[in-house]
Amino acid sequence: MLISYLPILVYLIISIGLAVLIVALSEALGKKTHTAVKDLPYECGMVPISDARHRYAVKFYVITMFFLVFDIEAIFLYPWGVIFKPLGLFGLIEMGVFILILMVGLAYVWGKGALEWE
Amino acid sequence: MIVALIGVIALVSVNALFLIWMERKVAAHIQLRPGPMEVGYHGALQTVADALKLMGKELITPDEVDRPVYLLAPIIIFLPVLVLFLVIPFSPNLIIRDLNVGILLIFAFSSLTVLSILMAGWSSNNKYSVFGAIRSIAQNIAYEIPLLITAMSIILMVGSFKLTDIVAAQDKVWFVVIQPLAFLLYIICATAETNRAPFDIPEAESELVAGFHTEYSGMRFGLFFLAEYTNMFVVSAVATVLFLGGWRGWILPPVVWFLIKVYAIIFLIMWFRWTFPRLRFDQLITFAWKVLIPLAFVNLLVTALAIKLF
Repeated sequence: MLISYLPILVYLIISIGLAVLIVALSEALGKKTHTAVKDLPYECGMVPISDARHRYAVKFYVITMFFLVFDIEAIFLYPWGVIFKPLGLFGLIEMGVFILILMVGLAYVWGKGALEWE
Repeated sequence: MIVALIGVIALVSVNALFLIWMERKVAAHIQLRPGPMEVGYHGALQTVADALKLMGKELITPDEVDRPVYLLAPIIIFLPVLVLFLVIPFSPNLIIRDLNVGILLIFAFSSLTVLSILMAGWSSNNKYSVFGAIRSIAQNIAYEIPLLITAMSIILMVGSFKLTDIVAAQDKVWFVVIQPLAFLLYIICATAETNRAPFDIPEAESELVAGFHTEYSGMRFGLFFLAEYTNMFVVSAVATVLFLGGWRGWILPPVVWFLIKVYAIIFLIMWFRWTFPRLRFDQLITFAWKVLIPLAFVNLLVTALAIKLF
């Protein structure tokens, strides 16, 4: 059974090999001259001030939390999709309730103003 | 196996070269100018020349970068490129492995892109790259949910993840007729997932100087480009399988039909770029959460009800 997934592993390894080969070839063909100015981060010609890894808006964390919740729900839905027809009415009601709870969650988040981006 | 592998590698490279040429030609003709004309017939070999030039360019690694992560990012983005072609059914016989998790495999591997974008943006130590990466991730994860949910409503009707089963289920009528809303949602999400205009905030050239790949040069940049155009092919191929009846058609052989449909969707996505202005970032995120996700859930519930009733 698991053997039928073997091509995925093979293709992954070949992908890595190919990517490394392309970069290596480019490295070998391109010229190499380093100057202090050339190795600076690009900032439209200005000398960069301070490190680029600053703190950023908390909004992004909030959005990511929602994503985690909803993405996991989506993963729960997938197996249901395949056996939906054999499950009959039970499957419909069960998952209908599940999706409704999810949508109530979305409505709550929306009402709290977490989706606003002022 | 070897033949299939060589075929996939050839398809990936020819597709990327062709799409870049097509992109420039479509853009040019929409703006009433000829586009590339010099190299080959109507500039057909222009992208080959560009690729060769890119090969000979210097690979610059800026001083302040986080070296291991910086070097790994282009390789990670290239990682899923070949795997995605494993399960795409070009014709009844032209499919490398008809896995029973087909569509799941495509969704799982295409979301690896986000990881690579984060690695590239964060490690570059460039302010534009960090902004680009953060925006890109917020957008990609926002559009991933409606994408998964809309695809669900098709899977509900078929009862299988196998791409050949999905095509087989459309022998009477294409799913785009039964599920027009799902098709619309899918195309919007696919455009956003591939970071194309009007959702190209993460790499908005005019404000972020290409975003997460500002600091990459030579073929490292080339790998990002290659992956982007391959992604475009893959999302269009998935749209073809889910909504447009895959390889089905008249007279012409199935492979030709499949490719016609895929490139028609790609043309549509390119057309978007020259029709709609770029959205602002907050509009983009709120549109995903307030419009697309509720619509996708409603569509799923209605589909489930309809299947039980009829």
